[in-house]
Amino acid sequence: MREIHFDIIRQTVKELFLKANYIIGDDIIVKLKESVQTEESESGKVILEQIIKNNEIAKNERIAACQDTGLAVLFVKLGQEAKVVGGDFNEAINQAVREAYIEGYLRKSVVDDPLFDRKNTNDNTPAIIHLEIVPGDKIHFLVTPKGFGSENMSALKMLKPADGIEGVKEFIVETVKKAGPNPCPPIVVGVGIGGTVEKAALLAKKATLRRVGEHNKDPRYARLEKEVLEKINRLGIGPAGLGGRTTALAVNIEYFPTHIAGLPVVVNICCHAARHAEAEI
Amino acid sequence: MAKNIKLKTPLTNEDVVKLKAGDSVLITGKIYTARDAAHKRLIDLLTQGKELPFDPEGQVIYYVGPAPAPPGYASGSAGPTTSYRMDPYTPQLLDKGLKGMIGKGLRSQEVVESMKKNKAVYFGAVGGAAALIAKSIKKAEIIAYEDLGTEAIREMEVEDFPAIVIIDSDGNNLYETGPEKYRK
Repeated sequence: MREIHFDIIRQTVKELFLKANYIIGDDIIVKLKESVQTEESESGKVILEQIIKNNEIAKNERIAACQDTGLAVLFVKLGQEAKVVGGDFNEAINQAVREAYIEGYLRKSVVDDPLFDRKNTNDNTPAIIHLEIVPGDKIHFLVTPKGFGSENMSALKMLKPADGIEGVKEFIVETVKKAGPNPCPPIVVGVGIGGTVEKAALLAKKATLRRVGEHNKDPRYARLEKEVLEKINRLGIGPAGLGGRTTALAVNIEYFPTHIAGLPVVVNICCHAARHAEAEI
Repeated sequence: MAKNIKLKTPLTNEDVVKLKAGDSVLITGKIYTARDAAHKRLIDLLTQGKELPFDPEGQVIYYVGPAPAPPGYASGSAGPTTSYRMDPYTPQLLDKGLKGMIGKGLRSQEVVESMKKNKAVYFGAVGGAAALIAKSIKKAEIIAYEDLGTEAIREMEVEDFPAIVIIDSDGNNLYETGPEKYRK
């Protein structure tokens, strides 16, 4: 067994959350710059340029690109030959989030009880940790600070198998249309198809973290991604919802086997501040 | 659509009726921040007939929960939050003389009707342009509900804060007319 210390985990996760909040990925930046060229709306161009400038300021000054520095979500792949020593694994992650959000001047956006008290925990914990055990002796972290302007516009639908491909397309496009200007377009649309309710939701969240410009390895799903993206960009919503061609930067679909009776679909929307960072230790 | 209209707060009815959906504005002066939790408390005060921490007459509320200010900054990143969550509370504040709101996203029909009746305007700021917007905030001071953290009410002094008129006092709505032009 390879030993990995609590402090290494804490330090790694802390740096990932700081990086994710300050630096928007180059895939997004490249796509935004391309969109300035293709956008037909004048106000749309101006807004895209403002977003690009915003992201430069955030990176150069190491300040939050968006004030909604999100809920701290992590996808962790824990190698089965790795042994965590020196403390509680979950506490290492929560301690990392606490330090990143307090020391990094990031907003604390978590309330403890969601219904009755809604009292801010003041350190942005607890993190939401999705753990997967994999072969090997390493730990891989993929983190995303998830803002709620776009999270609130997400949707789940348990389609019938008979609804088929057309049903899926319609549901994705309708969800984006209904969201309109709310989720800070241009958006990244993550879609999870199959599995169960929670599996589809996890797939959709993971799909929002795929690099913009990369497609599903299955050519049928890759074609579906391109087709739905085109449909969405014909809705006219545009940057900031003021009208234009650039409503979504990408549609990313992930799928999983499902039940003979079902076709679950989750659409998870992410704003243009599609923040994520990863590292392996 | 007029570009870069300079506006000084507080706003008068004359200021407001001149603004048309699609105009871009630069706002200078004092504005007040409030989002979900602060709105709930303001409305509770109104229901009890008590005084508000600031007089809404002529004022502009910015729907924002800023990030903490790093040393040397007046405010941390401060982009708009989605406005519809404030819709249930908004007409009562408009009845008290509130003249402007800055946010992002759709508003309810009740809010639009109340804006027409009370002569008020809804500005949009670019969601996610939070670090850029923070540059126009020169001062920020908590004036109420410090316990709410980022949701506390702040009095901000802004200079040339960039915004766009989304819904004007006649009820014209850029979120309807803008996308229509590009829908295929």
